[in-house]
Amino acid sequence: MEQLKIRHILGLRDMSAEEIGFILDTAESLKPILHRHIKKVPPLRGRTIVTLFFEPSTRTKLSFELAAKRLSADTVGISKSMSSVVKGETLIDTTRNIQAMKPDIIVMRHSMAGAPHLIARHVDCSVINAGDGINEHPSQALLDMLTIRDHFGSLKGLKVAIIGDITHSRVAHSNIIGLQKMGARVAVCGPGTMLPPGLAAEGVEVMMRVEEAIEDADVIMALRIQRERQGLPLFPSQREYARKFGINNRRLRAAKENAIIMHPGPINRGVELAPDVADSGRSLILDQVTNGVAVRMALFSLLIAESGDERSPDMERQV
Amino acid sequence: MNRNNWLLLKHGIVIDPSQGIEQEPMDILVEDGRISAIGHQIPPPGSADSGEILDLTGKWVVPGLIDIHVHLREPGQEYKETIETGTRAAAAGGFTAVASMPNTSPPNDSAEITRSILARAKEKGSCRVYPVAAITKGQAGESLTEFGDLLDAGAIAFSDDGLPVSDAAVMRLAMEYSLNFHALIISHAEELSLSRNGCMNLGNVSTRLGLRGIPAAAEEIAIFREIKLAELTGARLHIAHVSTKGSIEIIRRAKEQGVRVTAESAPHYFTLTEEAVEGYNTFAKMNPPLRTEQDREAIIQALADGTLDAIATDHAPHDILEKECEFEAAANGIIGLETALPLTLELVEQGAITPLRMVELISTAPASIIRQDGGSLKQGSPADITVIDPETEYEITRDLFRSRSFNSPFLGRRVRGRAALTICQGRITHQLSR
Repeated sequence: MEQLKIRHILGLRDMSAEEIGFILDTAESLKPILHRHIKKVPPLRGRTIVTLFFEPSTRTKLSFELAAKRLSADTVGISKSMSSVVKGETLIDTTRNIQAMKPDIIVMRHSMAGAPHLIARHVDCSVINAGDGINEHPSQALLDMLTIRDHFGSLKGLKVAIIGDITHSRVAHSNIIGLQKMGARVAVCGPGTMLPPGLAAEGVEVMMRVEEAIEDADVIMALRIQRERQGLPLFPSQREYARKFGINNRRLRAAKENAIIMHPGPINRGVELAPDVADSGRSLILDQVTNGVAVRMALFSLLIAESGDERSPDMERQV
Repeated sequence: MNRNNWLLLKHGIVIDPSQGIEQEPMDILVEDGRISAIGHQIPPPGSADSGEILDLTGKWVVPGLIDIHVHLREPGQEYKETIETGTRAAAAGGFTAVASMPNTSPPNDSAEITRSILARAKEKGSCRVYPVAAITKGQAGESLTEFGDLLDAGAIAFSDDGLPVSDAAVMRLAMEYSLNFHALIISHAEELSLSRNGCMNLGNVSTRLGLRGIPAAAEEIAIFREIKLAELTGARLHIAHVSTKGSIEIIRRAKEQGVRVTAESAPHYFTLTEEAVEGYNTFAKMNPPLRTEQDREAIIQALADGTLDAIATDHAPHDILEKECEFEAAANGIIGLETALPLTLELVEQGAITPLRMVELISTAPASIIRQDGGSLKQGSPADITVIDPETEYEITRDLFRSRSFNSPFLGRRVRGRAALTICQGRITHQLSR
């Protein structure tokens, strides 16, 4: 594969295993740039990337912006409070106006599922979904897969246990889809109030006890949990969550000896993860963050290469 | 009748459940807005220039179609639909009468609004309009509207459609009070605490699309409540837009036990499933939501076996701005008046229902549920007649719609069968140009 077939990164649902592998390979090849003294290369010079975050974000927004800057693209960001959406402009009008200023890529986070899919139908440039409602967060799952692949060499045949709020986690949704496409087994566990229907039909092992989910797991991915989602508390207390669903060293005995710990952040220390687990040698949480920049650099370069313009000679050298 | 004193419909294939006529070639004579004769080889009552003879060979002639669940949006939301455009859409779809739901702005909760709707319909309408009045003032679910006054003004039933009556005690009061007037209560059955935040059916597809789901139980629990209250009070209850298999099982059991309950479903529930939402298609967003294949099959079965009494469209026009947006933010509902007939004919073509049962579901039974004229071609009945061309094939396109809105998931669908001629009270309200 030399080029992506898709023009937008809306979700891992729309991607083939081959495309996912290609993105991960590209990210791998770009990673050394992040470890140089001068962390900037020229391939996207003169390109413009707009980040549109309608929901609060620190690390994802920063990661996308750094990725763009590492490749010498210009970035401009708008958040919801600064946008005309608060003045009553529709999402389609907002993005059409941004489109009229000729960016190459729009990176968007929105509280409603399908919002990036909607604007992708109305603009000419590429759209990257940086999280839509409770639907998908494709770049997060890609960086998670890159982290796992770096550690184990391959995703095939691994067992990944995802623990927490599966219903409301777009990270979990994208990971479930992506990991399965790449040949990994996925088991999930969380409070029954946070397990959506239809997972078993998709081949996910849905477990009611954390010990069962992480048994023989190679990877344990803990999710950030929020007690209140639109009014009703979804579990009785953080204390009980930590006791029954938190990942601690005792529970980890069920996993494989060399199992790794991941978390998309931000962590509720002592709730999803016991502090000593979060800080242990098996925790790859900070590698995830580094890999996030590499994956987003890969997405930018591949989408712009795909956009059909002249392929930058600098890029040929770098990639 | 326009310029003519009489209208003679010759050689049509008559289907009339009220007289047990199943596909028999007959003639019908219309005089003074009524059916003055139905039979074989009826001679013209006068000279050729005093009336009109229409040769309907190959066409079905049925009692005018009646849709007991329509949103005409007037007063207050004329940018979506008006009584004029909505009834024109109705006539084009073969309907001679529609019941208009009260969730206008302001809602139809007073005799004054009911009278204004009827006056407007008389002035601009292309079919009969039967106003359904709100059960509670402002549809707020708290205190009852003046049922007696509203009925005197011309309301034909009560419903807080669009919003359920959340408080069971209020619904009980409404049913008890309806007894004084033999009034019909139409329930939009939805347990809000379960459906809140949801925007499509809860299930595999909602998980796949990352959309919050509405469980079938939200509808089923509410229907069970209404049935128990009807049983308690003895009120006459009609359940609107049934969408799940579980609802049908509850209604079936209630009917077996003699509860006075009738129920309707809409063409989209027997034609589409939740899969239509794929791609965040806001034209497939409605409330209750499209359900699963099992539910769809159960609805078809219930339409055939009589558990469901009627087909009603829940015609819900919306401006494109309310649909061309984020799925979760999009308005609920689709238009239905101009697609109901061909979609129902698909059931006939599949052999799921007979033509006779079809006419019962979409004309005779709706008339009897709301206890109004129509649903019959008997001699002396008002001349509300629909002529169907069952063979003509066409694609549903936007320019076909007389409705002011075009929010339909059926755009682009190839269908067969269409209203060729609609006659309401002896007046031709729609005629397909040949």
